[in-house]
Formats: sequence, C-alpha cells, structure tokens
Amino acid sequence: MSDSLIDIGNPAVNPVEPFLRTDRMPHIWCPGCGIGTTVNSFARALIDSKIDLGSLALVSGIGCTGRVAGYVKLDSFHTTHGRAIPFATGLKLANPKLNVVVYSGDGDLSAIGGNHLIHAARRNIDLKVICVNNLIYAMTGGQTAPTTPDHSTTSTNPYGVFEPSFNLPHLVEAAGAVYVARWTTFHVRQLSRSIGEAFQKKGFSFIEVISPCPTLYQRRNKLGDGLDTMKYYKEKSKVRHGAPTSEVGLTMTGEIIVGKFVDRDRPDYGTMMRAQFTESLGEKFVEQDEQEVPVCS
Amino acid sequence: MKADPRGVLTGIHFIDGDHACCEGALAAGARFAAGYPITPSTEVVERFASRVPKVGGTFIQMEDELAASITLQGAVWGGAKAFTVTSGPGFSLMMEHIGYAAMTETPCVFVDVQRGGPSTGLPTLPAQADMMQARWGSHGDYEIIALCPNSPQECFDLTIKAFNLAEEFRVPVMFMMDEVVGHMTEKVVIPPADQIEVVPRKHTRKSVEDYLPYDTNGDQVPEMAHAGEGYNFHVTGLTHDEHGYPNMTPQVQDKLVRRLQNKIRDAADRIAMFEEEQLDGADVVVVSYGITSRVAQRAIGVAREQGLRVGKLRLITAWPFPEKKIRELAAKVKAFVVPELNLGQMVREVERAAAGQAKTFAVSHAGGGVHRPEDILKVIVEASRCQTA
Repeated sequence: MSDSLIDIGNPAVNPVEPFLRTDRMPHIWCPGCGIGTTVNSFARALIDSKIDLGSLALVSGIGCTGRVAGYVKLDSFHTTHGRAIPFATGLKLANPKLNVVVYSGDGDLSAIGGNHLIHAARRNIDLKVICVNNLIYAMTGGQTAPTTPDHSTTSTNPYGVFEPSFNLPHLVEAAGAVYVARWTTFHVRQLSRSIGEAFQKKGFSFIEVISPCPTLYQRRNKLGDGLDTMKYYKEKSKVRHGAPTSEVGLTMTGEIIVGKFVDRDRPDYGTMMRAQFTESLGEKFVEQDEQEVPVCS
Repeated sequence: MKADPRGVLTGIHFIDGDHACCEGALAAGARFAAGYPITPSTEVVERFASRVPKVGGTFIQMEDELAASITLQGAVWGGAKAFTVTSGPGFSLMMEHIGYAAMTETPCVFVDVQRGGPSTGLPTLPAQADMMQARWGSHGDYEIIALCPNSPQECFDLTIKAFNLAEEFRVPVMFMMDEVVGHMTEKVVIPPADQIEVVPRKHTRKSVEDYLPYDTNGDQVPEMAHAGEGYNFHVTGLTHDEHGYPNMTPQVQDKLVRRLQNKIRDAADRIAMFEEEQLDGADVVVVSYGITSRVAQRAIGVAREQGLRVGKLRLITAWPFPEKKIRELAAKVKAFVVPELNLGQMVREVERAAAGQAKTFAVSHAGGGVHRPEDILKVIVEASRCQTA
C-alpha cells in the first residue's frame, strides 16, 4: 500500500505530502517554528530509506512537538504528557514487527518523561526517538525546561535561569542508547540521513534536533526571529562526529556541537529476552509471534 | 469464542487469589502485562512472569506505575490483551492512564489489590477504601466497570469476566480485590478451555478507505484496528471526532463524553452481577462486597438464628452501581446495612439509590483487618428495630 502513496515523480505534488494528513492543515505551529522542518526531514528519511510505512507507528507525548502524531499519515498515537516512550514500549513488545518512532519535545521526554527516557535506553528497547529541543515549554507559554540554557529568561524564571540544564546526548549515551546524534533545523539533509541511519539500528536510538521557538524562547531572550536563529545555527554549529557527549552541552549563544556522537551495537531488549528464555526454558519457550491475536471474525 | 487452551491451566488447584487472578488473565487471553512491584499485589505478575514465556507473551517490569499503566495500552493497540496489577499507592499513580484508556476506548484491565491507606498506609493489610477512587479517580467525566471478587475462585472467574467486559465495551475494567482475598488460599477449579467463554476484540472488518476509528455505527462502541494493519489511524487523549482527530469544540466534547458515559450506563443492568439470598420478605438487607461479604455472612446467619428477617445482597459489580436493584429493594425493606473496610464509600451509593425509601446504616472499618461479625450483627439488630422510613 505504501508504494502507491509515494508519487515523487509528479512535480505538482510535494514529495512529503503523501506522508501528511493534509486534511488537518493548517497546523498549529507558529511562523518560524522548526518542528515542521523536522517533519519534512523525517518524511524525506522515510522516502530515502524505503521503509515499509504499513509497519511504521509514531508515538508522541504532549506539547508542540507532541502534535506531530496528529499530522503524519501513519498509525499515530498522541499519548499523555511524558509517556510516549512507555506507550511505544508496549506497542513494540506486543508487535515486534512494528517500527516504532517516538517523536516528542525536550520537556516531554526529559522532564516529566525523564525516568522513562533513561530506562528505555538502559533496556535498549528498539525505538527511534526524535527529540525536538526548542529549549523551553512552548505549548504552555514559555516556561523553563530541563534543557533551558543557563542565564536565559523564561516566564517562570523571569530573572534568569540559574539551574543547570541537561545535556541530552550525554544523558542517553550514559543510559545505554546505541545511536545518538544531534542536528539543528538548519541541517535538514543531515537530519534526514541520521533518521535513516537510526532505522538501520536495532535498539534505542536518539536524535536531538535543536529547533527555534521564535514566539517564546527567541523573543523573550532577544535572539531575533526564525531567520536570525537559522543564521545562528549556520554560523555557530560545528560538525564533530564522534565528539565525546560530555563536551556537547548547550549554552544560550555559544557553539552548537552537532553530528553523530554514538553508533554502537548491543542486543536490544527483545533479543535479550528471547535469548534468556531460550537458554532457561529450552523447548518450553513459546515465541510470542506464534500467537494469533483473537479478534472478531 | 472459546479460550485458547494454551493459556488455561485446567484442573483443581489450591492457590491464593493473586495467583488465581493471574490464571484468569491467561485464560482470558491476556498475553501482555506491565507492572511495578507493590504489596500485596505483586504475586499476580510474579506468576505471570513465570507462566507467560511458556504460553507466548510478554511481561515487562516498568520503572514505575505511570509507565506500567500506559505500556499496557501500547500493547493493546499493538494487538494484545493486556493488564496491570497494583495496590493503593500505585493505583493513585495510574489514574492518569485510566482516564486515557477511557478517553481512547482502550480495552484493558487494572487489578487493584486494596490495602489500607491513605498514602503508604498499611502495605500488608486489607482495606476496601479505593472504591470511589476506582470510579472517580481520574479527572473529567467518564465511566468504568469495577468487579469485586470474594474468593480465589472468583479471582479466576471474574478476571475472565473483567477482560470480556473490557473488550465488549472498550473500557478500562477495575478488578477490585483486597489483601485478604489476594492472599487467601482456597480450592480453585479451572475448567477446560472449551468451557471458558472469551470475548474477542471488536476489530473492524471495514476496508482502509471506509474505516473511521471512532465512528460508532449506532451501537455506542466503535470498532478497533491495530497498528501495523495499514489503517493509518490516529488516537489521542484530546477530545476527538469520529476520525480520531482532535476537535475541541463544545459540540464534539458533548457528543464524545456523553457517549463514553452512556455506553456503560445504558448497559448497567446487563453488566450488574450480584448474589442474593432471602431478599423476599426481608426487613433488613445487608449489602456487602469482597472479603467483607464473607464476614457479613456469619453475622447474617446469627441474626437469622435470632429470628430476624435478614436478606443478603452481595455486589459483584460495584460500578456501574446496581442502583435499580437497590431502588426496588428499598421500596420493600426497612433498612440496608452496609459493612465495608472504609469509612463509608459504597454506603453513599446505597443511600442515594434508596432515596429515602429505606434507612441506610454504615458499618465502617478503617482497614487493617476485617470486621468482627458481632459488629455487623449489632447494626443488623439496630436496623431491624428501626421504623420504616
């Protein structure tokens, strides 16, 4: 079914259009917001990787990026705040044939969902996590997130943020992710390529995309508009593949280290589970795939 | 349809309620559980973890109850029958996702082996104080179904019923055990698989083009599809239309939330299960559920020996509350006596349904043990002396 949807030969059709619920447009994102750009890169990664769309499910949490699930023409789940990863865990384990993508924001994944993030990485659940990091809680009006850089101003730190922020690539590498990359919304092709690479990995993959929030973060911190942010990303981003993640922390106006930081292999949760049961139970172990889900006939 | 024999441990067993609940889940076709350890419920998933790799399925111990209660819902949309098991403090954490299951109409079962609260309370001792939480714990208007077993045998039988109701109505079903029933060991008879009725998932037969995920076709319960089948459907906890798309207007909210409520309320009589005894000609009816019903049985017996006309109504379905039954009885009896291991929860429902036609007497207990039969007897005697309301 997927092949008929991809009509990249027709110049009148935007190549990513078949991946979108065009009946839901216009979307809710502000002018200059980077989330739509990331969706474009994601759709192009789907085209390039020729992944079977029928086996692809996308799970989001709550927030601006959480709305991605509503706009992609896939089996898509808009879950509760912070819980996209555990929902996706159940989806993947119940049907291991699915390719499950978690697409959510920095606050959703690393604050309220932080516990799930590190445990999914530890277990090496086979999920592709795309984390759009706009450095702030945007949907609710610009409050401090765990990723908000030191000294920026937010609606809940009106005199400046004084608590240290998370370096997400460092966090997920330490927790066990097998693939960790970071790009900005300026790096649309590199981002697309990284998403394609993550689809080739079996295990917990994490791609952070630094993305502007001109309405709240940039404006409140006098960092200009969306275009100014693109210039900043262009001028201050430095590609350092394999950079130690301990060195890739973000500041408000400093250098942004981007690239593929981690690409390693270790068995994912499902593989380890099957190996353990095979070893311990021998012939008594019954593979889940043999079960037919009982449905109305 | 009949149960898959691979999950059915046919035979006569001597097991506790927690283990019987696990066997009920397996017999019902549950092949996925997500849990987090908490006394006095953990034995359910411990047994599941041991059994399910030999049956074909998955248990995952999650990092907390917030995760467990949504992981199981991911599994349901992946095609499994799934459940989680917890007790008071964990049940509190799961409220968010009981609301999500109600809103997204995800069929699933939440087992709550009740212990004393509030907060950490009495981890190893019984209570029945989560009954209102089971009904009202998540925010917003919704309906759930709640069942109350009073023996290990019922932990088996009614767990199957809980899964069947979940599938029929696409609703989260609360399985309200208590510590005593969970840890009580008795004879449990597990019948052959071909004697166990299992309700299959209400899966759509429509084509991809014709399928609307939340179109009800007039019978209030929409048809499901699973991820990976090509339907490209959307599920959200936001107020949504029949496409499953967010639509946050008062009109769509009204239509959706009333349907979520009415699909259960309209079927309340069909869902209601109770055990009754000597209700005809009774002056007093003892209304109880769970372990308290077994203590009450002793008090009822002694009262009858004393010549009192006492009927028994044991609630097996707590929610939706069988108010029609109570209303009918209220017109005939002098009083209801409602013993429960809390300071007054279901008694309020009895009082509401009786609507002044009969008096209502609570026999409260803060939990940590069960009632003494004489405490219930005392109130039965008092109630039988009261003037008709």
